[in-house]
Amino acid sequence: MTKQRVKFTFPADIIKEPVIWRLGREFEVMTNIRRADITEDRGWVILELEGEMEEIERGVQWVVEQGVRVDPVPGDIVEG
Amino acid sequence: MSYASHLRCRECGRHYPLEPLHVCEFCFGPLEVAYDYRALGRDLTRRRIERGPLTVWRYCDLLPADCEQAVDIGAGFTPLLQCRNLGEALGLRRLYIKNDCANPTWSFKDRVVTVASTKAREFGFDTLACASTGNLANSVAAHAARGGMRAMVFIPSNLEQGKVVGAAIYGSTLVAVDGSYDEVNRLCSELADKYPWAFVNINIRPYYSEGSKTLAYEVVEQLGWRVPDHCIVPLASGSLFTKIWKGLKEMAWLGLADWAHTRMSGAQPEGCSPIVGAWERQSFDVRPVRPNTIAKSLAIGNPADGYYALKVLEHSGGFGVAVTDDEVVEGMKLLAEAEGIFAETAGGVVIAALRRLATQGRIGPDELVVAFITGAGLKTQEAVLDKLTPPLHIEPHVSSFEEAIARRQEAVTAGAEVRPSQNQQR
Repeated sequence: MTKQRVKFTFPADIIKEPVIWRLGREFEVMTNIRRADITEDRGWVILELEGEMEEIERGVQWVVEQGVRVDPVPGDIVEG
Repeated sequence: MSYASHLRCRECGRHYPLEPLHVCEFCFGPLEVAYDYRALGRDLTRRRIERGPLTVWRYCDLLPADCEQAVDIGAGFTPLLQCRNLGEALGLRRLYIKNDCANPTWSFKDRVVTVASTKAREFGFDTLACASTGNLANSVAAHAARGGMRAMVFIPSNLEQGKVVGAAIYGSTLVAVDGSYDEVNRLCSELADKYPWAFVNINIRPYYSEGSKTLAYEVVEQLGWRVPDHCIVPLASGSLFTKIWKGLKEMAWLGLADWAHTRMSGAQPEGCSPIVGAWERQSFDVRPVRPNTIAKSLAIGNPADGYYALKVLEHSGGFGVAVTDDEVVEGMKLLAEAEGIFAETAGGVVIAALRRLATQGRIGPDELVVAFITGAGLKTQEAVLDKLTPPLHIEPHVSSFEEAIARRQEAVTAGAEVRPSQNQQR
């Protein structure tokens, strides 16, 4: 089992979609929300994903396909 | 000696010991180094600092690492130049440039990496790692060599040859990654979790970022223990900006300088301006962008410290400025022609923003202004190669020279751009 910390950023058009609930239902991935900020037009959620590495990767890929931006928690790591 | 006392979560305030940690276990907020300011206030004096070496380590009391064991290639104590020519061109009577091109690997990254590498060695790491498109790679490779550590440097596979050489010369292991920017980011995040390396801007980040405070300390000391009225700083991750602010406040808290309410203004290229974009919307919500700019060292589309940089902009009453790539090149040329400093594109961003603020009257003519130039131009020559006046080609005769110089003079008189250095007395 692996744990991965990620940040999901939701655009306005899918803010009402239960993406995190579906991630937990449709993939063998446990989701654990630690911090979030949702406004009318945008939202972000910082959470931990736990599961087999391949399953987490499949789940994250599905989340990206829903239109959610997925980043590492520390933000961009590649610096100038 | 270091007076660092613990790590503190910037979101929920929880405390952690001084270990290689970077996020809070509860809220995943970023951790920051805290100090015993009571003891510092008692022990630290201007005189004690002035007795120190002419590097960032003269401020070792305010850094989170042991200076006796420093991995030191001579970072810091770079020139603070009063700029009368540029000041006259912009209508600013008290303008200074903090020239961090003068660092050992020619950028301010040496400040943060000397602290990160020292701390990494204290923690017992034998490998220093980073993901970079230029300056950070060079600095990590150089410090690892000096510190007897292995360097693992991840670069995009399409990085320019000149930047590859700047890291490879130190004997580091360079790993060129095929993939998008986001994929490289995600890979490095996973590698940092998997391997026992000191990834300077991931698991060592709380210590690494503290090195930037030395820019503020030096400016204050070089101004005769005075805090500037206005700072113009390039924004990438936002870390440098927040740490300069922290450094200025520490100088005042500790009674080493009188507090002048410094305004902190931040500059980004339009092609990657998520922080300035949020500031313009009067929001603290930093929306990630895909970078598209010649200012590669500022091309961070999802800035880790963007939110905190916005807080500093708000608290200090500074301005966010986004400039076009054309303005960046003009800024580089203006600084070089007026003051003899060849800055990289990030420096062009700062000078272009400074000019914008001066033109708009957002900086008063008598304000004591410091603009931070964070890296040297030789690394980003491609940005200006086709924008410079070509050399005069002559035969090896005096007459050929005189004809050529006369033709050039005619061209200038006929309306080619007039350079600041030709109008002004030094």
